[in-house]
Amino acid sequence: MTALADAVDTPFGGGQAAPNRRPARRGRPRSWRIVVLAFTAIFYLLPVLCSVKFSLINQKGTYGVQNYTAIVNNGALRAALFLSLEIAAITAIVVVLLVFPTTVLVRLKLPKLTILMEAVTILPIVVPPVVLAAGLLQMKETAPLWIVNAFFNHPVTVLTPMYVVLAMPLMYRAVDTGLRAIDLHTLVDASRSLGAGWPTTLWRVVLPNAQTAVLGGMFLTIALVLGEVVIANQLDQSKLTFPLEMIEFASQDNAPGISVAMTLTALAFTFLLLFMLTFVARRRRTNTTGAIS
Amino acid sequence: MTTESPSPPVDPQMAPPAPVSAAGSPVGVEFKGVQRHFGTVTALQGLDMEIHPGELVALLGPSGCGKTTALRLLAGFDRPDAGMITVGGRDITKVPAHKRDMGMVFQAYSLFPNMDVRTNVAFGMRMRKAPKLERLESADRLLDLVGLGNTGDRYPHQLSGGQQQRVAIARALAIEPTVLLLDEPLSALDARVRVQLRAEIRSIQQRLRITALFVTHDQSEALSLADRVGVMRDGRLEQIDTPENVYRHPATEFVAEFVGAMNRLPGRIGDGGEVVVLGQRLPLTEPDRYPPGTAVDAMLRPEALQLAPDAGGLGEILERTFLGSSVRLRVALDGGQTVVVEASSHGTDLPLGARVGLTVVADRVAVVEQATPAVALGPA
Amino acid sequence: MLPFLLYMVVFLGLPLYVVVHGALTSGGHFTLSNFSAIFSQSQYLIPLKNSLILSLWSSLGPAIIGVWFAAAVVAGPRDSLLRRVVSSASGVFAYFAGAPLAFVWVASLGTLGVITVFFKSTFGYDLSQHFDISSQVGVGIVYFYFQIPLMVIFITPALEGLKPEWEEAARNLGATRLSYLRHVAVPVLAPSFIAAWLILFGSAFSAFATMLALDGCTEVVVPCKIYFEMSNNVLTNSIPFGLALGTEMILVVGIVMLVYWYVQRRAGRWLR
Repeated sequence: MTALADAVDTPFGGGQAAPNRRPARRGRPRSWRIVVLAFTAIFYLLPVLCSVKFSLINQKGTYGVQNYTAIVNNGALRAALFLSLEIAAITAIVVVLLVFPTTVLVRLKLPKLTILMEAVTILPIVVPPVVLAAGLLQMKETAPLWIVNAFFNHPVTVLTPMYVVLAMPLMYRAVDTGLRAIDLHTLVDASRSLGAGWPTTLWRVVLPNAQTAVLGGMFLTIALVLGEVVIANQLDQSKLTFPLEMIEFASQDNAPGISVAMTLTALAFTFLLLFMLTFVARRRRTNTTGAIS
Repeated sequence: MTTESPSPPVDPQMAPPAPVSAAGSPVGVEFKGVQRHFGTVTALQGLDMEIHPGELVALLGPSGCGKTTALRLLAGFDRPDAGMITVGGRDITKVPAHKRDMGMVFQAYSLFPNMDVRTNVAFGMRMRKAPKLERLESADRLLDLVGLGNTGDRYPHQLSGGQQQRVAIARALAIEPTVLLLDEPLSALDARVRVQLRAEIRSIQQRLRITALFVTHDQSEALSLADRVGVMRDGRLEQIDTPENVYRHPATEFVAEFVGAMNRLPGRIGDGGEVVVLGQRLPLTEPDRYPPGTAVDAMLRPEALQLAPDAGGLGEILERTFLGSSVRLRVALDGGQTVVVEASSHGTDLPLGARVGLTVVADRVAVVEQATPAVALGPA
Repeated sequence: MLPFLLYMVVFLGLPLYVVVHGALTSGGHFTLSNFSAIFSQSQYLIPLKNSLILSLWSSLGPAIIGVWFAAAVVAGPRDSLLRRVVSSASGVFAYFAGAPLAFVWVASLGTLGVITVFFKSTFGYDLSQHFDISSQVGVGIVYFYFQIPLMVIFITPALEGLKPEWEEAARNLGATRLSYLRHVAVPVLAPSFIAAWLILFGSAFSAFATMLALDGCTEVVVPCKIYFEMSNNVLTNSIPFGLALGTEMILVVGIVMLVYWYVQRRAGRWLR
C-alpha cells in the first residue's frame, strides 16, 4: 500500500524526478547570481526607463502624454495600428493552423521527420529577411500583372504570408515545448479508443492541453508582426504598417517621441499578455497528474 | 551478521579489497539530536541514531518521513538546524560535502554523461590528485568487482539502468570511503535486476566492511539487506532494531502496520496477563500494561493465524490470492471484520465461501487500545 | 504535413529561388560573373568583412552574457516571479527585435537621448561627439539587447537539463564547484552553447531592421548593400549584384546552419 504511494511520488524515467522529491533548497542565494541578475536588470531597465521619460516629452519640450494620445488620435497612426493588428491576427491563426497539426503528427507518427522539421523551422530565423525581401521585389518586377494586382498591391495579402514564414520557427518551438510537457501518445490513444476522430482529438484533447504554449506562440507572433520592418519596407508603398509608422515619425516627421511611445506601448502590451499567461500555465500544471508510472 | 544471499553472477576472481579507511578499520556514525526544518515543515525532529562500524543500517519509511533528509545531512548536501553528526568520533557537522570522505549512490541519473564509464569511476580519484595510470587501473579493478569488466570505454547512455547503478557503486567505492550512502539506489530498476543487485550490494558491503546507510521505501529490501532497520515517520525514528525484531516485535502501531501486513482483531484483557481473542486465551507481550477488562485490538500477522475447515467456524473465505509459494486468504468473520491469513500453498485448497475456523499460533500477542473498529489490512 | 511543406516551398522557397536564379543570370543567360564581381571588388568585400566582424562580437558577447544570466535565473525556484518576468520579457525582447528596440536606445543614447542629455547637463560631457548610436558599434550594442534574450530562450532548456545529481555526485566525490563546472557542466553544455551561439550569429548577420530604423545604413554591411543595390537599380542596373549578395548571405548562413545541425546532434544525446 505505502510502496505504491511512494512509487507515484518518485516517478522514474522522467526528466524531472529529482527536483520534485526534495523540499526546495533554502540556501543563501549565491553571490554570483545576484551580481549577474543585477547587472542585467540594470542593462534592461535603464534604457526602458529612459524611453519612458523620453516618450513623455512632447514636441513642445514639456512633459505630457501627447505622444501616447497621438496613437489613438492621429488618423494615419490609428490606421497603421489596425492594419498591423489585422495582419497579426491573421498571421497568428494561419501559423497555428499550419504548425500545430503538423508538429503533433510528426511527434506521433513520423519521428524521423523531426530533424527535417527542425531544419525547416530554423531556416526563417537565419535566412535574412532582407534577402527574402529582395527576392520578393524581383518577383514583383517579373510577375504577370494580375498577380501583382491581386497579391502584391495589398499589404495584407503580401505581408501576411511572409510573416507566417517568419513566425513559423517561434510557433514551432512553442508548440514543441508544449507537446513535450504532456504525454501526447497516451492522450491521443485514449481519445481515439473512446471513439474520437482525428479532428476532434486535436481540437478537444491535444489543443487544450497545449493551449498555454500555443497562446504564448500567438502572442509572440503579434510581437513579431508589430515589429517587422524589413519586408514591409521593401514591399509596402501604399499603406504603412505600425512599425513603419514608427520609423516614419522618427525620421520624416521628426517626432521620435511618438515612435518611442509606440514602442513602449507595444512592448508593454505584449509583455502583459505573456506575463498573465504564465499564471494560467501554473494553475493548469498543478491540476494535471504527473507522469504515469 | 552474515545473511545468506544467492551468489551473484560476478567475476569470481575478485581481488581481496583494500582496507576501507585511512585507519584501516570501519568507523561508526552518530546522529545526535539532529533537526531540520523547511519553513513550517519539520523534516527531522531531533534524530538520535547510531550506525555501528561496518554495519548496514536501512532507513525505511513512507515518503516525507525524513529518511532522505537524514541521508543528505550525512552526505553534507544540507546543514542541520540543530544537533551534531559525528563520524568515527569526529564532528563533521560543519565539514563541506566535498571534504567528507563518503561515497554516495543516487537513485538515478548520477553518472556524468560526458565521460566514459572508466573516467566516471576514476573521477573521485582524480579529484584527489591520484596519478592517471593508477586511477584508471583502479577503476578497471572496481568495474571487475561489480561485474562490468569490459565496459570501461562505454558511455552511460549506452548502459542499462542496472549497469549504470553498478557503475555508480564502483564510482562511490573508488574513493575508499569511510561511509557508503545509498539513496534508494534500486527504486528505478526492474524487479529482477533489483533483487540481484540488492544481494551484490550487500555482499560488497560486507566484504569491504564499509559502514553504510541505505534509504528505501521498500520494506522487503530493508528487511533483506540490513543489519538493522530504522523505521521512520514524520521526522522521527520509531524503531531501530534487527529486521527480525522489527517484524516480530514492532515497537509502535505504525511500525507494526508499515512493516508487513497486520491484522487487528478485537479482544478483551483477561486476568493473569492474558487477552481473549477469537475465543482463545493468549499471553500478552506486555502483561501489565492494561487492566483486565479493557477492550483492545490484538495485532496479529497473517502468518500468525491458521485456518482449518470447520462447518461451524466463525469465518468464511472471501478472496484467495495465489502468490506462488504462499496463499493469501481474506476471511470474513461473523463479527463483521475481515482478516488476512497467509498460508503455505501446500495443501490449502479451500474454496471461496468455505466455512473455516481460526486459531492464533503466536506465543505472545501485542495489543493496542481499541480506537477504531478493527480493520484488516492488505499487504503493504 | 503536406500543406505545411507546400506552404514553405511556396513562400520561402520561391523568393529564395528567385534570388539565387537572379544571381546566376545576367542579361538573360546563366553566368557566374555576378559572383566573381562580389567576391573581388572591394565595394562588396568590405561590407562582407564588416558584417562578419559585427556578427561575431554581437553574437559571442550576448551568448556569454546570456548563458550566465540564464544560469542565474534557472538556479532559482521554478515558479518564482523572477522566472515569469524573465520568460515573458525575453520572448518580448527577442521577437520584437530590430526596429522597436532601436527606438528604446535612441531614447537613451541617441543625440537627444535621456542619458546623453544627462551627461551633457551634469558633466558637460557630450556623449554624441564620441559615440554614435547608428555606427557599427552603436548598432552592435542594440543587437545585444535582443540577442541576450534570444540566447536565454535557446539555452534555458539545456540548463534545465543539467541534472542536480551530477553536481551532488561531483561534490560527493570531492569536487569543488569549480571542478564540477570544468569537468562536467561545461563539457555537457558546450554543444548546446555553440548551437545557440550559431543561431545568434545567424541572427546578427541577417539583422537589418535596426539599421533601417536608426537610419544608419551607409552601406557598411551586407544587408545595407543589398538594400542600396536593389533600390538604386535605375541608374546602375545593379539588381543582379544585389541578388548575388543575397545569395552570398544565404551561403554564409547555410554554412552556419550546417555546423549548427552537426553540433545539435551531439548535444541532444546527453541532455535528453
